[in-house]
Amino acid sequence: MDKKIDRQALVAFLNEKMDAQAEVFEDNTEASIKVPRLKLVETMQKLRENPQYKFDVLMNLSSVDYPENFTVIYHLFSIEHKHYLTVKVEISKENPCWVPSVSSVWKAAQVHEREVFDLMGILFNDHPDLRRILLPEDFAGHPLRKDFTQQAD
Amino acid sequence: MNDIRTQEMNLNFGPQHPSTHGVYRGVFTMQGEYITKCVNHIGYLHRGIEKLAESRTYTQFIPYNGRLDYVSGILNEEAYVRAVEKLMGISDQVPERAEYIRVMMAELQRIASHLVFYSSMALDMAGFTPWTYGFRERDTILDLFEMATGSRMMPNYMRFGGVAADLNEEFMPALRKLLDIMPKCMEEYHGILTGNEIFQARTKGVAPLSREKALIYGISGPSARASGIDYDLRRDEPYGIYDRFKFNVPVRQTGDTFDRYIVRMEEMAESVKILEQAYREIPEGPVLAKVPKIIKPPAGEVYHRIEHSKGHLGFHIVSDGTAKPYRLRICSPCFVNVAIFEEMAVGLHLQDAVVAFASLDIVLGEIDR
Repeated sequence: MDKKIDRQALVAFLNEKMDAQAEVFEDNTEASIKVPRLKLVETMQKLRENPQYKFDVLMNLSSVDYPENFTVIYHLFSIEHKHYLTVKVEISKENPCWVPSVSSVWKAAQVHEREVFDLMGILFNDHPDLRRILLPEDFAGHPLRKDFTQQAD
Repeated sequence: MNDIRTQEMNLNFGPQHPSTHGVYRGVFTMQGEYITKCVNHIGYLHRGIEKLAESRTYTQFIPYNGRLDYVSGILNEEAYVRAVEKLMGISDQVPERAEYIRVMMAELQRIASHLVFYSSMALDMAGFTPWTYGFRERDTILDLFEMATGSRMMPNYMRFGGVAADLNEEFMPALRKLLDIMPKCMEEYHGILTGNEIFQARTKGVAPLSREKALIYGISGPSARASGIDYDLRRDEPYGIYDRFKFNVPVRQTGDTFDRYIVRMEEMAESVKILEQAYREIPEGPVLAKVPKIIKPPAGEVYHRIEHSKGHLGFHIVSDGTAKPYRLRICSPCFVNVAIFEEMAVGLHLQDAVVAFASLDIVLGEIDR
């Protein structure tokens, strides 16, 4: 599970090849890089296609409501090289907040992004069919946000 | 055929179709008997378990996992417990005996889950007898769970650093009995269904899924291995003590309904092999490590996944250092796998779509969470 790649080299490669402005993200997982949202799709495309990295599977797409920002987190995996990478995009709590959709890179992102949109209220630009997925169409609010309180408590 | 005038119509498949082990609705656009478009509707069972996790302590959240995939609860528990152990940095403190018990429980659960798959797929083709065969051994396995955990379907058995209780003296002889009859039972399953001509005609070449498509949709588990993706976390990234066991990973190439079926059938036989080894080698000793009473993982995050009976089940947990998770995301295999059906159903006959859907082996409790 812990096969990690040389993040410094990866970030240098991304920045040099396509001016991705990627950074090494310091957290306890030691597998994360940070990418600005405008460069996200391009970067993901590169990560999937470059034979040295070849991240052909999007394992998971997650989102966290931190006090200072929203973070969208992509867990990537390469079947061939058996290595992992976490890509993070930080977005400020503007309204509406958005990130570009990566569903053109991995179709798996379509349902994940719909869920994040539904439960966290983050828009995914260029998503082919961004609708609520788990909650009814007329549901008000986005339950996974920290300011959405449970009624039972 | 072309001079027969047909009219497009919408057909609601569900929301309570039995092949789905829950409430799924597909809206099919039909042209005659063929499906030209399919739209998935899920969410009927949504209980907000990810949100609930934020107001429960790490230990309190364990029983919720059994309610996700209610036909293989132990595997959901294992994925969660291992993720938290990794976050705590205590993965290596789990006692030997507990690791063996975990493997035994996980493989028993895998067999039980695949038996539900076998039975319900047969039932979707109006085969009632195979259904009774599959549920017969599943019931024996549930008896084993009752002996070990006190519960048949919602075990709440895994703990951080081990398992809740040691096996009682009835368990091992009962397991021996099951392992002795399983090869014979497997023959029976194959005899009544696999070789059946109608079954083969209804499944071979139906709804094939290419390797490329499976990858881009993120399909995992037996459904992916049927499409030629030779990847099994138990073998390729062993967690726990899986690296000590000898077993094969069944892989097929075409990814049609039959392949998805046969991969699961072969996996059951492999699970029996693992159980045989675990039965022989399980040592005596404690089953729970000395871990703090109140679980407070250090601030940070973790993503950990295991080989669930239906694919790769991952937990992404963000901790802020308190006793409750700050954010807990469950990446369930069924949620990802069901998405392919919108594309898979197109061009199929209605009755083939039912079987193709069953061959994905999804459980709605885990899709909706």
